[in-house]
Amino acid sequence: MERSRLRLSLLAGSIVAMAVSACSSDDPTDLGSIVEGDFPQNSLNPAGPQARQIDDLFWLVFWIAVVVFVLVMVALLVALVRYRHREGSDRQVRQVHGNTKLEILWTIIPVVILAVIAVPTVATIFDLREEPLPEENALMVEVIGHQWWWEFRYPEYGFSTANEMHIPTDRPVYLSMTSVDVIHSFWVPQLNGKRDVVPGRTTHLTLQADEPGVYLGQCAEFCGLAHADMRHRVFAHEEAEFHAWATAHAQPAVIPTEGLAGEGWETFQVICSACHAIDGTSASSQLAPNLTHFASRTSFGGATFANNEEHLREWLRNPPGMKPMDPDRNDLAAGRILGMPDFGLTEEQIDGLIALLETLK
Amino acid sequence: MSEETQMASTDHTAHRGGAWGWITSTDHKKIGILYGVSAIMFFLIGGVEALLIRTQLALPNGDVLSADAYNQMFTMHATTMVFLVVMPAAAAFTNYFLPLLLGARDVAFPRLNALSYWIFFFGGLFLTISFFVGGAPDGGWFGYAPLSTQVSEVVRMDYWALGLLILGLASVLSAINFITTVFTMRAPGMTLMRMPVFAWMAFVVAFLLLFSLPIITVGLFQVFLDRNLGTLFFSAAGGGDPVLWQHLFWLFGHPEVYVLILPAMGIVSEVLPVFSGKPLFGRSFVIFSGIAIGFMGFGVWAHHMFTSGLGPVAEAAFALTTMFIGVPTGVKIFNWLGTLWGGSIRFKTPMLFSLGFIAMFVIGGLSGVTHSIVPADTQQHDTYYVVAHFHYVLFGGAIFGLFAGVYYWWPKITGRLLHEGWGKLHFWTMLIGFNLTFAPMHVLGLAGMPRRTYRYPEGLGFEFWNFVATVGSYLIAVSILVFLWNWWRSRHHGEVAGNDPWNGRTLEWTIPSPPPHYNFATVPTVHSEDSFWHDKYREDEAGNAVPVAAAPTTTAAEEDIHMPSPSYYPALTGFGMFIALMGFVYLPVGLVAVAAGLMVTMWGLFGWAMEPLTREPHE
Repeated sequence: MERSRLRLSLLAGSIVAMAVSACSSDDPTDLGSIVEGDFPQNSLNPAGPQARQIDDLFWLVFWIAVVVFVLVMVALLVALVRYRHREGSDRQVRQVHGNTKLEILWTIIPVVILAVIAVPTVATIFDLREEPLPEENALMVEVIGHQWWWEFRYPEYGFSTANEMHIPTDRPVYLSMTSVDVIHSFWVPQLNGKRDVVPGRTTHLTLQADEPGVYLGQCAEFCGLAHADMRHRVFAHEEAEFHAWATAHAQPAVIPTEGLAGEGWETFQVICSACHAIDGTSASSQLAPNLTHFASRTSFGGATFANNEEHLREWLRNPPGMKPMDPDRNDLAAGRILGMPDFGLTEEQIDGLIALLETLK
Repeated sequence: MSEETQMASTDHTAHRGGAWGWITSTDHKKIGILYGVSAIMFFLIGGVEALLIRTQLALPNGDVLSADAYNQMFTMHATTMVFLVVMPAAAAFTNYFLPLLLGARDVAFPRLNALSYWIFFFGGLFLTISFFVGGAPDGGWFGYAPLSTQVSEVVRMDYWALGLLILGLASVLSAINFITTVFTMRAPGMTLMRMPVFAWMAFVVAFLLLFSLPIITVGLFQVFLDRNLGTLFFSAAGGGDPVLWQHLFWLFGHPEVYVLILPAMGIVSEVLPVFSGKPLFGRSFVIFSGIAIGFMGFGVWAHHMFTSGLGPVAEAAFALTTMFIGVPTGVKIFNWLGTLWGGSIRFKTPMLFSLGFIAMFVIGGLSGVTHSIVPADTQQHDTYYVVAHFHYVLFGGAIFGLFAGVYYWWPKITGRLLHEGWGKLHFWTMLIGFNLTFAPMHVLGLAGMPRRTYRYPEGLGFEFWNFVATVGSYLIAVSILVFLWNWWRSRHHGEVAGNDPWNGRTLEWTIPSPPPHYNFATVPTVHSEDSFWHDKYREDEAGNAVPVAAAPTTTAAEEDIHMPSPSYYPALTGFGMFIALMGFVYLPVGLVAVAAGLMVTMWGLFGWAMEPLTREPHE
């Protein structure tokens, strides 16, 4: 008895150990100090009026569903206990074929329940689809989905950023979204439901955050190889702070001309400028993330990796080794980019590029 | 019994054994078994795919599978389970039992039936082979354009488009066959409303297939053309529209959900009365709610597209139709409860699976209502909440219902009962494993975990419930092993069933287990619904069942029974299509294979057309 229990626990332990060793890795995906709370991407923890409206509606339906579920299960269990077959019992089973009154009753009751749900649902649908009014002074942001990163353009300020969107609090943010390749879906659960980003179409979504903070998001429509690693972050700031951020980001980069960073700039011009832009320089390609203020970002690679030297180095050594991508199918002339290739950079080149990127505040 | 053996001995074609006998069979029962065995085989493949997915997700940042392998795995898991498991498993029961339930000797077009099977078999083989040559489809089972039409040298989504095309052809052919069978082959006295509920649901499913599959067929051709011939149906840059694909796909894809669930509802509607000792409560309401679900299934497709920006009017309209489909579904649930109420409930394994079906399906149905709440759905869409929802419907519903059918009808198919103890162990491990796997996914989805992602970072709160779900999935695997063991041991050690082990109500229980080749020695005449039960019992004034002294025995047929003769042309035709498909994937080099495959197909069709209809039975 004792021995068999021991053997069983050993077996269980070794299975768990096998599972752990098979699954875990020292992967660099790292939310760093960004994460707050147990479920930082929780759709049931709304942080803005749109998400709150959805949340209210969800709980209304949830509790109705719970009541229906409990009633049906209780009826089922009562029937099973009360009418179970007992050996030796000679209870007669009446052959009941149906009851029209009951049928009508249990057709009408669900209709009534659904009508109760339908009214607030339809109202909320129309409410959430309304564009912000001019007096609400909404911030306009253009969202462009790429395989596999997000581009955020601020037309009022004339700059663009990647994977990290900054917004003011207490002011609606009106997103105009499209995609350059396949369908993506923009989703920040704490701020609103998701909305698809479709090539050839423009879709819209209004966001609003009550409090300053970081809100995590994730592409929600399967978009190919690195769909899992197409994340994004929304940083909400007080109005003044946001304005300062936006004004600073509208400034072109200051390019270092000397030292390691200067060497990095030489490398950048030769290798990186075919796809990446740095505002204020000749590097203006829009195919890959704009790096003008790269050092001020907390993450890179589809907001999957924390922006630090160690991760950058690993990335520059072999990007597809860190994030699944398909750069073999890049076609720069046609504007199709499926990821950053391994350029076989030397350690000196990597040192220079990291130094350059760190100056791009 | 001696009469039966005598009958069987005159019946040479029936017992022609060996592989050739199976390949050439036109007997609906043998074809049903072929469908069933294939479905179980693919179920094991789809299950291994599921286990790989769950193992990968057990811990954050898992690296059991690469992103590439993971994408193939979830695409093939869904494709396999929908098209190669649940549909053929339902087809297995429909093939085997529809004629028996109707009191018929076969389906209307036996050789067409064989062709349906062989096309399905080669279609499934074609999809599965892709793992070993060129890589399996990796664009999702829904194949959203333009991801699925992206021009590439990778052939994977060609496998998907062509595989689904050919599987669709198989389903349309069998739909035509079943519809004709129901309309023309019912026993005398069996009016449509006297048809058993399973036959009714199979009938509704046949219409769903007939009307929904042509829609996706058009779409699949467009995908194939976009990929291979440079058309621009779904390319925004070329004036096409990717959202068009979603309309085409879900106009098929939503009725497809009912194709998967209605047969299980039919099985449960057969099992509950037998093990409650009562007729189905509100029989005609159950049938009409099934028809209503079928009709309404075509009016709700856009609820899969609530995040695509249809506009508030369309969203509100589809929200209301979606809610409304909950009404006939609820009617069915209440009628099943009404059937149990006042009965004498025997907890045999088929009954347990049926009760599990009801409980799990209620959960899936209610979470379905939360999807009709469009704003809430924009949070749930493409998250694990949806994965939880449809597994409660398609696993807790369809698979549990199908297992109820397996345990219920196994004795009629094999002549032996499955073991009750092992069956109960199977049920309870599966029920617990299923809930451990899929209940946590509700939490994960609402906590913001998207679907179709091969890894998730630490710190989002996804770790614990993912690990629980993975443990649950292994428990499901254990329950399947229990089932396989039960099946294996019952071949020789299963209790011999006899004609009517459950005190059944429908016609299949009037004949031996397994039935002779010709099913009914004398085609029965039907006087009421639950005809066979009324041969055994009558109701007194109070409505209580009173046994009838002796059931009328079926006498040997005086009539000359002509059964369709075996033919290898259906299998040959299917094989030709398979060769042609392989060629299509590897265009232009594959043109040779396309030509060869089409020639074999033509040979099969020509031979078929020229073949004499029936050979003499004493040949």
